[in-house]
Amino acid sequence: MDWRAIELSLRLSTLTTLLLLILGLPLASWLAFSRWRWKFFVEAVVALPIILPPTVLGFYVLIAVGPHSPIGQAYMAITGRGLPFSFQGLLVASALYSLPFAVQPFTAAMSTVDRRLIEASWCLGRGWLATFFRITLPLAWPGVLTGVVLSFAHTLGEFGVVLMIGGNLSGITRTISISIYDQVQALDYGAANQTALALLLFSFLVLAITYGLQRRGIAVWPAH
Amino acid sequence: MRRIVVHRARGDASSSKILMLHDQSRMNRIYLNCQKPQVGINVVNIRNHFVIISTWLSFGGVILAGFGAFAAGEDATPPAVLTVAAAADLRFALDDLVKDFAEQYPAAKINVTYGSSGNFFAQFQNGAPFDLFFSADIEYPRKLAESGLGADNVFLYAIGCIVVWVPKDSPVAVDKLGIKALLEPSIHKIAVANPEHAPYGRAAVAALRALNVYDQVASRLVYGENIAQTAQFVQSGAADAGMLALSLAVAPQMRDAGRFWKVPLDAYPRMEQGGIILKSSKNLETARAFRDFVLGDHGREVLKRYGFYLPEK
Repeated sequence: MDWRAIELSLRLSTLTTLLLLILGLPLASWLAFSRWRWKFFVEAVVALPIILPPTVLGFYVLIAVGPHSPIGQAYMAITGRGLPFSFQGLLVASALYSLPFAVQPFTAAMSTVDRRLIEASWCLGRGWLATFFRITLPLAWPGVLTGVVLSFAHTLGEFGVVLMIGGNLSGITRTISISIYDQVQALDYGAANQTALALLLFSFLVLAITYGLQRRGIAVWPAH
Repeated sequence: MRRIVVHRARGDASSSKILMLHDQSRMNRIYLNCQKPQVGINVVNIRNHFVIISTWLSFGGVILAGFGAFAAGEDATPPAVLTVAAAADLRFALDDLVKDFAEQYPAAKINVTYGSSGNFFAQFQNGAPFDLFFSADIEYPRKLAESGLGADNVFLYAIGCIVVWVPKDSPVAVDKLGIKALLEPSIHKIAVANPEHAPYGRAAVAALRALNVYDQVASRLVYGENIAQTAQFVQSGAADAGMLALSLAVAPQMRDAGRFWKVPLDAYPRMEQGGIILKSSKNLETARAFRDFVLGDHGREVLKRYGFYLPEK
């Protein structure tokens, strides 16, 4: 049982989910409330990682943050390390990969909030930010929770992107799915079975608890 | 366009507020008496302040822990850990070598990542942070040395060979039939490593062409991402036969699982397996020590046990 890989996967999933909460909520609220006529382009870009093969995403992330790219070189200048083959690089790739799984439930939930309540809050003098945190978010919290759980579970099972940008370095980028792949190649089926079963049970438990907690249903995909 | 201006008229601090709306000319005014809207009555189950505070505290704690882990750069391996990129055919041989090295140098810790040599070469060009590279084809380390990515010189550590392997319950008598075993009707799928980036795949395809069976078997070939995955394909029964590395075929996990036939050495180009230490390594001392260990007497003995031919010392 590869405990380092399990710990690494959990850490990656947690941090990716947090990152997506911080970045995804503003994006989702803009998508939910904006009336810009070209909004659908942004929606398409957000939805892209769902249908894009993970290897394509990983390949482009590698090009975008590799040592020959402006972003990669800037990062190297600041921190002295490269982005690919590091945990931080995985974080970036995972955040992009799980973006639609976080943002779409957020957007769906926020767009079901009654606009009149938000407008009433504005009328009463609360600013936009206060309204967002005191009214919109609490009303949309089942969708936010769905988005958080989905992005966590999705990152846990990530394989193609991690393979492209990770380098399979033990303790750094060897997540649980890579570890299972590695163990199968080493013909160590017993260990692979153990790790895979552990991952399956854990994922099932997380999902069951989450869906049990919020038994009133909410649309996962935006209902326009 | 008419602009409506909203003023919050004076009201006390209680729930009721009076709004006055007027247009630009102030000719039209509306007074509204607003009650505080009853938002989130039963929807928000977390009205309880204790729950709210504890949720935010644990949230904040997780964020801090996450950023702490992020900022501390704990993913940078401590200097005593050597990261090695090794060709997949070394899977079992190098595991033994690492174990033996650890006995001699208990302070050093070695993490090996196995894969196909071509893949590693591509990763090195993108700055992969390995200290030492054991390739199944000496051309890759040579190219790395030419681009200035290597410390020290390229070293030759073994000569590889390929075999035709079948699982033990296969009806094919591979030792008698040799390469013709692949033409048997019971062989539906033949696993080889991907010739695009795996040296053993290239050698397998070269041998098939040289022995004049390539055209007949080409439609039955399945490609493994590296030679170890190829071995896994045949060992699990997914493929009926495979062209594997001898070092994998004689390994304990594979030895009793099947039978093999050594492909004559003149059927494929000599598989010179070479390696190089990377200039970007932070562990040059340990890397050199491990390289010398592999090239030394004990290392050569282990490699010989796994079926490698050894270069002259």
